[in-house]
Amino acid sequence: MFVLGCLPAVWLFWAALNNHLGANPAEALIRSLGDWSLRFLVLVLAVTPLRELTGWSALARLRRMIGLFVFFYVCLHLLAYAWFDMGFEGVEIVADVVKRPFILVGMVSWVLLVALAATSFNRAIRILGARRWQALHRGVYMVAVLAVLHFFWMRSGKNDFADVAVYASLLGALLAWRLWRRFRLRARH
Amino acid sequence: LSGVRSTVPGATTVETVSAYEHASGYNNYYEFGTDKTDPAAYAKTLKPRPWTVAVEGLVNKPGNYDIDSLLKLAPMEERIYRLRCVEGWSMVIPWVGYSLSALIRQVQPQGSAKYVEFVTLADPKQMPGLRSHVLDWPYVEGLRLDEAQHPLTLLAFGMYGEVLPPQNGAPLRLVVPWKYGFKSGKSLVKIRFTEQQPGTAWNRAAPQEYGFYSNVNPEVSHPRWSQATERRIGDEGGLLAKRRKTLMFNGYEPQVGQLYAGMDLRRWF
Repeated sequence: MFVLGCLPAVWLFWAALNNHLGANPAEALIRSLGDWSLRFLVLVLAVTPLRELTGWSALARLRRMIGLFVFFYVCLHLLAYAWFDMGFEGVEIVADVVKRPFILVGMVSWVLLVALAATSFNRAIRILGARRWQALHRGVYMVAVLAVLHFFWMRSGKNDFADVAVYASLLGALLAWRLWRRFRLRARH
Repeated sequence: LSGVRSTVPGATTVETVSAYEHASGYNNYYEFGTDKTDPAAYAKTLKPRPWTVAVEGLVNKPGNYDIDSLLKLAPMEERIYRLRCVEGWSMVIPWVGYSLSALIRQVQPQGSAKYVEFVTLADPKQMPGLRSHVLDWPYVEGLRLDEAQHPLTLLAFGMYGEVLPPQNGAPLRLVVPWKYGFKSGKSLVKIRFTEQQPGTAWNRAAPQEYGFYSNVNPEVSHPRWSQATERRIGDEGGLLAKRRKTLMFNGYEPQVGQLYAGMDLRRWF
């Protein structure tokens, strides 16, 4: 899984070095890193439903690593934006965050992911207490909603929502499955 | 298709010309899809001949103008224009064509004509992108008559010394270099002279984001992004190339600034 998770980054790095990113390499790189962030987000949220449906409990061990890959690709996505789009000009970036709601939404989800990644080691569960740790890590549902909103706003200029709809329905289904399970568990009690 | 070097002031920038593969491989033509590589991939189905352009409305000589007669209407000139897309990227493209004013003189607008509407091809048989409802088809654009008559407003038939490839708007298109690229309609089928300001495709789709004028203006942001800078496609350094400062009227202020004297460009964006 670790090797698979690294492949897109390795490929993009190679493509960037060898001029394979098309006419607008900065845009291609930033967008591709955003796409991979979304894909890993879908994957990490699919772990628990898949585990319950297949009964294959070994899947649970992959969850943290996939989650950290979400963080990794979001960090690269943000880094590529700050570097290639904004030239690391702090003032410009702040102005951009204020000016463009979709950038703000992206930043908020990155901050949430920083909190999740920072508490992703085993000892953090003991330090925070299992209940608080779990509450914090439910923040990933918020990240999913914000990520779709970020993508939707970015695409709204093109009036082209086909790709947005794909991710929105995948993530929506994964969140709906959790609501449904919760409702079912409660009904049983 | 070649042309003599234009003598129109401002019409031949000496900046580095963009690579042909970029100009013909990275652009917007939604009738063939919304990705910027879609036009090059899917526009081969466009049939640029036979072709006629209907001239209608408030003119003394309306009629259907055949592409062959339009090609001969005035001497072809080479114009090297900056092209600034509203999305924040730019290129430098050598077009071949003549000032639209040559055609306008020929068809003799009446005194009541104040605007010109440009209607572009919308044929689902040739254009797979029409299946999507991104915009209301056909794509229409418009200019004020004095903008349309400005010598820099080009009726283009070619680029890089060749006839226009389908993805760039064959067989004839408009090029208005001081406005965002979407104002320059491709594959024109109708030119109509009107008294009322015509509706335009992007203004209808998102009026708060796209106005009628759409002049390049670094001081007036798009509601969702700044227009202060642009990325020149193909700039040396690739990924690391710095964005350039966007110029007022895309650098054509000395030539066209007087068209907008006294106008509040924040209001008339």
